[in-house]
Amino acid sequence: MKSLKELEEIKQRTLDSVNLRKERTGGTRVVVGMATCGIAAGARPVLLAFLEEVKKRNLGDVTVSQTGCIGVCRLEPMVEVTRPGEEKVTYVKMTADKVKRVVAEHIVNGHVVTEYTIGAAE
Amino acid sequence: MEFFRSHVLICGGTGCHSSGSADVMETFKAELAKNNLENEVKLVQTGCFGLCAVGPVVIVYPEGAFYSRVSVEDVSRIVSEHLLKGRIVTDLLYHDSIHEDEAIKSLNEVDFYKKQKRLALRNCGVIDPENIDEYIAFDGYKALGKVLLEMTPEETIDIIKASGLRGRGGAGFPTGVKWEFTAKAEGDKKYVCCNADEGDPGAFMDRSVLEGDPHSVLEAMAIAGYAIGADQGYIYVRAEYPIAVKRLTIAIGQAREAGLLGKNIFGTDFSFDLELRLGAGAFVCGEETALMASIEGRRGEPRPRPPFPAVKGLFGKPTLLNNVETYANIPQIILNGPEWFQTIGTEKSKGTKVFALGGKINNTGLVEVPMGTTLREIIYEIGGGIPNGKEFKAAQTGGPSGGCIPARHLDTPIDYDSLTKIGSMMGSGGLIVMDEDNCMVDIARFFLDFTVDESCGKCPPCRIGTKRMLEILDRITKGQGKEGDIEKLEELGKNIKASALCGLGQTAPNPVLSTIQYFRDEYEAHIRDKKCPAGICQALLQITIQAELCRGCGLCVKACPVDAISGERKSAHTIDQSKCIKCGACMEKCPFKAIVKG
Repeated sequence: MKSLKELEEIKQRTLDSVNLRKERTGGTRVVVGMATCGIAAGARPVLLAFLEEVKKRNLGDVTVSQTGCIGVCRLEPMVEVTRPGEEKVTYVKMTADKVKRVVAEHIVNGHVVTEYTIGAAE
Repeated sequence: MEFFRSHVLICGGTGCHSSGSADVMETFKAELAKNNLENEVKLVQTGCFGLCAVGPVVIVYPEGAFYSRVSVEDVSRIVSEHLLKGRIVTDLLYHDSIHEDEAIKSLNEVDFYKKQKRLALRNCGVIDPENIDEYIAFDGYKALGKVLLEMTPEETIDIIKASGLRGRGGAGFPTGVKWEFTAKAEGDKKYVCCNADEGDPGAFMDRSVLEGDPHSVLEAMAIAGYAIGADQGYIYVRAEYPIAVKRLTIAIGQAREAGLLGKNIFGTDFSFDLELRLGAGAFVCGEETALMASIEGRRGEPRPRPPFPAVKGLFGKPTLLNNVETYANIPQIILNGPEWFQTIGTEKSKGTKVFALGGKINNTGLVEVPMGTTLREIIYEIGGGIPNGKEFKAAQTGGPSGGCIPARHLDTPIDYDSLTKIGSMMGSGGLIVMDEDNCMVDIARFFLDFTVDESCGKCPPCRIGTKRMLEILDRITKGQGKEGDIEKLEELGKNIKASALCGLGQTAPNPVLSTIQYFRDEYEAHIRDKKCPAGICQALLQITIQAELCRGCGLCVKACPVDAISGERKSAHTIDQSKCIKCGACMEKCPFKAIVKG
């Protein structure tokens, strides 16, 4: 160990991987519906795609978790994205490709991908 | 960066380890693999969460779901329900960790944690103790860097002095002053030592720090080395703590590899290295001069002080010796400043204290509270009270060197000075709770038995004096006590306190003296009435059958292992007292509760 900078680098590198264990204070939440209907419609590849994107982009403050049936089974796989201080946005009929856009446009840049939302589908 | 959507933290402290956490960990590994979740869910073995009573404990993040008493059979449910489908398995959660609407409480809202303030234990149960990077992620080794690069040794000592930190090993000597003495002592070579020879029955605070956060101790020892001018340190740890020894060994290896121990740390000309020394199980080696003798390879016996270790310690050189918990506080104080530390605790006792809760208490485990918290808060609010609705009788603090605190002092704020004032002591932090079923004479006898066993034998007051006291107590518990025994115990106790060579001998009579002070009536009942009010001392008990309740069913006759019970069928039975061994087997079998002990 030669400098505080080196120590800080290790800290930053590891912090992202232990952040999950701290008390939650903000950060974007991604919730994937993983009930039978969701899984049958392909929720798992969607969940994995989210993890992949978050990992690729080093998004330390994003949590990806699952929930049960969100209720509109015909529109599964469904995903809810909540950015801190903003309304929850529900995306429907998600695929791995759609995930990339949601992460890039919504989670990173704050622009909701309106065409994928439940409002657009109805 | 590896991104895991969920972290499963499994307690790997000795408490949970002995209730099977290693098997739970293995099963999790297998179940995650079976469900192809290895790359999504991270398994972490941590140190102690504190609630040993409900181990093995498993916490799942990001939800913060607190699973308790997790068995190998429960694992597949947690994996398939919670980790795969996202449905928390509520019936396996710790009972106090969910709201009425089944929402999960944050850990700070759980009664057990609400009143706690975790400084020394801050990383226990949060980080993987076998991964130095996780320690660094929580500001580890930053204090060492700050001290080496920005401060002089004198400034470092000033911070510790200003914080008001006192030794957590028991005596409560101001830590900064000790550092200053050692720094000012003349010597071409100096040493830093850590006392991890935690020998009090019922105490496991230091073990948990070493198991859960070993790097905090290493970092603090390096800081101390810089402050006093030492380049070598020793950690004296009990061989009976295999997990702590293993994690310390790993931690020292990782710190050396990262250049945080060894030559030219942080590019400065400061070099410091550490070695482990394992104790061989002698209680007296927790005494500082005996500990150093043992490190040197000599017989672990204390020697008179002065000279104090700060002047003439290990290998005859000035030596700084602090306890594990004291060290665990140091990095925080450096990072947050002495003013921050000053705001916690009472006027003369700053900071927090870790207690190992044991005995007749619901939440057996490890707690850390600000100094000045009352015994009542610790026992009833954090500890969850006494099992089976029994009445609190006394709390024993300070192990074989401490004393018993009776119910009327439950509201005493706990700090060094108030405990000494009521005849006990802070000690290292063992806190054993006793209820109405504990006999205080028997408790005193238990602790004295321990001291007699562990006395090194070097000085007569301890070697002979405690033995004589034990003989008297033995007689009293066997119903052979005489008038004047109590006075003799008091006189012996006072003389041993005044004349024994080391701290252990000087405090050995404390359990006896404090129980006499607060529970003299129990001693008198044993001596005068030949009765044990709590029903513990076997020799003073008689098991009898109440004739009016006995229906003569004969179940007790079959239960008795020594054939002491006789009687006609369907008429009252009797116990032959000369044969009875008072095992109580008949009492358990009697369907009419006709057999009583008293």
